[in-house]
Amino acid sequence: MSTSKEAPFYISVQTLDFQQSEEYEQLRLAAPKIGAIATFTGLVRELNHNEHADLFLEHYPGMTERSLKKIIQEAQTRWPISHVRLIHRIGHLTPGEQIVFVGVSSAHRKAAFSACEFIMDFLKTEAPFWKKEITEEKEYWVEAKESDALAKKRWGNK
Amino acid sequence: MIRILYFARLKDELELSEETLDYSPSLATISDLKSLLATRGERWQKAFKRTTLTAANQEVVNDSYCIEDNDEIAFFPPVTGG
Repeated sequence: MSTSKEAPFYISVQTLDFQQSEEYEQLRLAAPKIGAIATFTGLVRELNHNEHADLFLEHYPGMTERSLKKIIQEAQTRWPISHVRLIHRIGHLTPGEQIVFVGVSSAHRKAAFSACEFIMDFLKTEAPFWKKEITEEKEYWVEAKESDALAKKRWGNK
Repeated sequence: MIRILYFARLKDELELSEETLDYSPSLATISDLKSLLATRGERWQKAFKRTTLTAANQEVVNDSYCIEDNDEIAFFPPVTGG
């Protein structure tokens, strides 16, 4: 994890919430010659069927940061991006809360958009986090989705 | 000595988050380790029946990975972050 202005990325796995505006400002400050910033925020979705479910995010300390770093570095080899900020929360979260933030800056928009989406697609299939849904009656581990595996596939092997 | 970590569904089903095992040349690969764990009984066999991923020293590996002394091995279900 690095916060210097010259650092190509910032990664944080944390229980605390984050402020999107602060992350955006950090992206603006991090690299001088950018022309584009693309960001994504993932939130805890309300379940459809009026059932209240909280989320518990488990992770593999050590491997999580390592995996995220690898994903960002892969994005950096594919696109000319300047700076990346990635925050993923862990622990107990309630519907509507923020889970993950990915921000990418670059000279032009195509690299920023593509890298941001790439990082999310790979995070969802490779980074060692696991979600558990907790309702009043039961707790169950969320299953990995085929659609996520397919989303990752479309990026090919460089 | 090798350290083994269990996460998410596996941890819950096995009621174990980590353990250490003496390193032994007979535990050559992840396959061998899984076979050893299966001898612990039905609960272990059942837990590993569903798709289980393996990491060695925090990198994903497959069953043919050769275990070395002081390795950190982790078993976990397909990931669901983000």
